[in-house]
Order: sequence, then C-alpha cells, then structure tokens
Amino acid sequence: MWKFTVRRILIMIPQIILLSVLVFLMAKMMPGDALSGLIDPNIDAETIEAKREQLGLNDPWYVQYGDWVEGLFHGDLGQSFRFKMPVSELIGQRLANTFWLSLATLILIYAISIPLGIISGRYNDSWADQFITGYTYIGFATPLFIFALVMLWIFGFHFSWFPTGGSVAPGMEPGTFEYVMSKIQHLLLPAISMALIATVGTVQYLRNEIIDTKQKDFILTARAKGASESRVYNRHILRNSLLPIAAFFGYEITGLIGGTVFVETIFSYPGMGQLFLESITMRDYSVVTALVLLFGIATILGALLSDIILSLVDPRIRIK
Amino acid sequence: MSNQLLEIKNLKTSFRIKDNYYAAVDDLTLTVNKNEVLAIVGESGCGKSALAFSIMGLHNRAKIEGNILYKGQDIANMPASKLNKLRGKDMGMIFQDPLTALNPLMEVGEQIGEVLMLHNKSMSKTERVEKVIELLNKVGIPRAAHTFGQFPHELSGGMRQRVVIAMAIANEPELLIADEPTTALDVTIQSQILDLIKELKEDMHAGIIMITHDLGVVAEMADRVAVMYAGQIVEIADVQTLFSNPKHPYTRSLLNSVPNASETQSKLHVIQGIVPALQNLPRKGCRFSPRVPWVDKDAHEENPVLHEVTPGHFVRCTCYKEFQFPDESQGGATS
Repeated sequence: MWKFTVRRILIMIPQIILLSVLVFLMAKMMPGDALSGLIDPNIDAETIEAKREQLGLNDPWYVQYGDWVEGLFHGDLGQSFRFKMPVSELIGQRLANTFWLSLATLILIYAISIPLGIISGRYNDSWADQFITGYTYIGFATPLFIFALVMLWIFGFHFSWFPTGGSVAPGMEPGTFEYVMSKIQHLLLPAISMALIATVGTVQYLRNEIIDTKQKDFILTARAKGASESRVYNRHILRNSLLPIAAFFGYEITGLIGGTVFVETIFSYPGMGQLFLESITMRDYSVVTALVLLFGIATILGALLSDIILSLVDPRIRIK
Repeated sequence: MSNQLLEIKNLKTSFRIKDNYYAAVDDLTLTVNKNEVLAIVGESGCGKSALAFSIMGLHNRAKIEGNILYKGQDIANMPASKLNKLRGKDMGMIFQDPLTALNPLMEVGEQIGEVLMLHNKSMSKTERVEKVIELLNKVGIPRAAHTFGQFPHELSGGMRQRVVIAMAIANEPELLIADEPTTALDVTIQSQILDLIKELKEDMHAGIIMITHDLGVVAEMADRVAVMYAGQIVEIADVQTLFSNPKHPYTRSLLNSVPNASETQSKLHVIQGIVPALQNLPRKGCRFSPRVPWVDKDAHEENPVLHEVTPGHFVRCTCYKEFQFPDESQGGATS
C-alpha cells in the first residue's frame, strides 16, 4: 500500500514538470510581453530594450523558465498588471473562496447522486427509476451556464432567497458566527446549481454499476448462502458498485474546475474561476499563467487522489 | 418415505420471452433421497441449471409452478425471507464457475464466515475464524490460516472452487446441489475436486444433486442418474442400470458420444441437430423425435410419459423399443 502510494507520488513529479514547461511555453508564445502594449509611448525604444535586458526577457526560453521556476519556489508568481499586486496575493484571497465552493459542490454531488443512483439501480425500470433517469437526461442536455442563470433569476432575483453576488455580505467581521453563515448563504446557490448538473453523470454511472453488479455470479452465491436482500445489497452489491465511483472522485474535481469558471462568473463569486475569465479578457497574462498552472496541478492531484482511493478500496490494485 | 429428502412434483419453471412464458423445466417430478448422489445429465440448454436454481429459489423473474417439497415443506415460491433460513444451512450450492462465484472485494475467510454468521448468530468471532480455518483445511487448502486473509484473485481456479465448496458445506447441509462443479476447471483439478466431493459425501451423509454433462463424472460419483432433455426427464435409473442397459434414444446417443479408449473408433458418434431454443421447443409428442428423424413416426407416443421398465428404471416415450442407430445392424444396439 505504502509502496504503491509513494510510487504513485513519484510519477507525479515529471507530470508537474511537463505541465509547468507547457504552461510557460504557451505563455511565451502569446504575442507581446510585459513591456509591449500598455506602456507609455513617450519612453524611447532604447530604454525599453535596456529594461528588457535587465528583466531577462531577451534570455533564451530555458533560462527564463529557470528564473520562473525559481520564482515559483519562493512563492513568486509574478505581478498582475491589472491589480498592481503580486499574483500570489491576488490568488490567495480567492483560493479559499473557490475551495469552499468546490467542497460544498462535491458534498452536494455525492449527497444527490448516491441515493438517486442506488434507488435507480436497485429498482431499475420502476417509475422512480424512470423519473431519475429522466432527470439525468435533462441534466446532460442542459448547459451549466444557462441553468445557473435560470437558478440565479428564480432563487436570487425572483424569490430573493439567496444573495445574487459576492462571497460574503459587506461589513461582516471575519471569524464571527454571522460571517460564517453569510459565507455559506453566498455559496449555497452556486453550489446547488453546479451540483444539480454535475451530479447526473455520477447518478447514471452508479445506476449502471448496480444493475451490472446485480447480475454477477457472486450475488447468486450470496443469495444461496441465505443472505437477506438488504445484506446482499449493502455488503455485496453496493461496495462493488461504489468502486468506480470512488475511482472517479479525482476526476470529479477536474470537472469542478471547469464548472467554477462559469458559475463564479455568473454569480459574481470572487473565486479563481471568475478571476481566470476576467484575466483572460483583460490580457492579464501573469495571472492566467499562474491559474492554468494551479488548475493543472489540481487535476494531477485529483488523479492521484483517485488512484489512492481506488487502491484503498480495491484489493486487486493494492497488490500490484 | 422418511428417506426422502427432496420431492419435486410437477415442477414447471417458465421464463418470459417477449410476451409469452416458455417452460425450461416442464412438468418434472423427481425425488432425492438422503445419503444419495443423484446425477442430472443432459446437453447445455436442457434445463439442468434452471432446475437447480428453482430448488434454491435463485430465479429472478421466472414463473415457478408445482411443488418442491423439502422434508415435506413446500419451498417453491417461498418468500425469500423464509427461504433464507434454509439456504446456506439446510441446502448448499456449489456453482459452476469459481472464477466469478466469489466476491472480488471480500477476503475468502470472511466470505466463508458470512454463511456461518448468517445461520448461527450466537457464534463468536474467534469461534467463527477457527471454524473457517477448519473448513479450509477440510477442503484441502494448504496454509489455511494464510488463505483466510487472501482475496479471490490471489487464488487459482481449483483453490477458488475449494473455497466455494467450503462455503456450501459450512453448515453441513442435508442437501447439496453441485451445478457443474468441474466444468470450468482443467482435468487434473477436476479429479481432485471430484475426490473432495466424494470424501465430503462420505462424512456428511447429505443428499447430493450433481448436475453435469460429463458422463465420466456420473459414472464415478452417482448412485442414480436422471437424464434430462428439453426440460423433461427422459430416463431415470440407478447408475449401473443406466450404463449397462440404457433405453431412451437420447441416453444411448449421449453414451455413444463418449470416446472409447478400449475400442478403435474411426468416428465419434454425434447427435444430430442441437437442443432447440426455449421458444422453439416442440411441446407436443416426443421432444427428441426431431433429432432422430429416421425413427418411424408411429414409434413415438402421442403424449410421452415415463414408463417403468424394470423397478426404478423409467423411460419416457415408447420410441426406445424401435430405436437403433442408423449405422447399426438389426438388433445390435449396444452402447
């Protein structure tokens, strides 16, 4: 088990290095640099060139990459030209917001998909199953950004049950109970919107797994032992069916990153997704680069998490 | 009467195909005695496993009619909650494919322990572990204590079948159903498993239903043999009678299809045609008649029933009287 985990973590290192090279090269390939564009046109070309030389922008790419990576290790992700502050500081504020939003969404995804998937799979072809399957088809067909807008309009504007923007009500003292409640209230609607759409894949997956496992031979063995129906489901079918769901957990995180970009923008929720989209439209490259790197690392970590969870629950993987 | 363990009366197990029910086991009557091995033989698709599953109540969506009396108690269509008191305790089942019959995520010891736990709630955990290790030893698994904590994928096919057998005999059932227990195993392992079942038979005194299409297994294991074709029993007799004096054309064809080591055979006998699909079974007349087309139509009974030829030897239909293989000279019908 430990061997497996350590080996799996070691595999991650070249993945992250490759990712950082790609992110860096793509940023370099974009036209212009920090000294072109929004620079006072009265500054003469020689001064700019001297500045370029001084900043190392004329060095070959691998030297620049080395400098960039060195900066990363010191927590230096560069400067945001739009906010005129270090990118690390800028992201730091929003990282927590996105983390809480994603966590709430993940909890909701499983809180919805596991019971629905179980009902749908156990009583397949019943009216309940048809109802749930119908929901999953609608969920698949609905784009998140449209659904989120509709949710915002209905529950935010029409009923005013939820705030329509921000991550906390203004004037709250951090650390107080009201502050936490306000935070939760602000992230609930975006989280619900995202979960309702993101969960449908998991519902169908679980349903199919249960239907599949129900027909396995070892289920007959369990019945022939005299195990009650509930025991057959809880001990034999469910565990085998939840396996791929657990394996999918890490990739669910990857999916969330895409979701937060839309949802945070629609709900004006100050998280990394919103920052990402804004930075792209404002050509704030240093922020975009840093965010792409972070999203990439989150994806790799998600895959790592998947593999570790799977190795914990599936003895067949543990051995290898 | 008191010797009867299982009495099956007019059992009809039907499956739904599109909108109709078709019987895979059709009006079958059979008894299994205590301390007896009854072999059920027949080709694939003739209803052997459907019969076994009906006895164990493992069919999901089949319609079951008739009676299955276990010690006088009708277990056909018994609700699962009641049947679960018998399954695993009074009745054990050995499955065909040991590779899929075990839960891949559970330690084998735990899987055997489960059947003990389900029927003996008062047993403590340590007692249970001891009993499982004893069972593993009994079915000939070396290093039983080590195997206890292994997962099915770590064991070979033969070892897994031993685990399945340990599970089936854990509560010393009075009726053991073995559904082609050696089909999925290679030949050397097959004989080991058969030896094991024989040994167990001797110390358990259980009634065993041995489902197989391997006549070698039948000759080695069985006390009585029922030959099934298309959901019906076509011949039933004790094992010596069946092998020395087979009557029904189907039985004779089956016996003739076995390669014979002592004689030089140029060609192996092949039964013409295949077992018809469930929905195409001829329900009227002799069901085997399409596969012996050279036999005169009048030789078959209109509604074939079992005739007692000698005491305990029953044959369905009258066609056996006139049946001979096409390549035989008149009167030379030997197997």
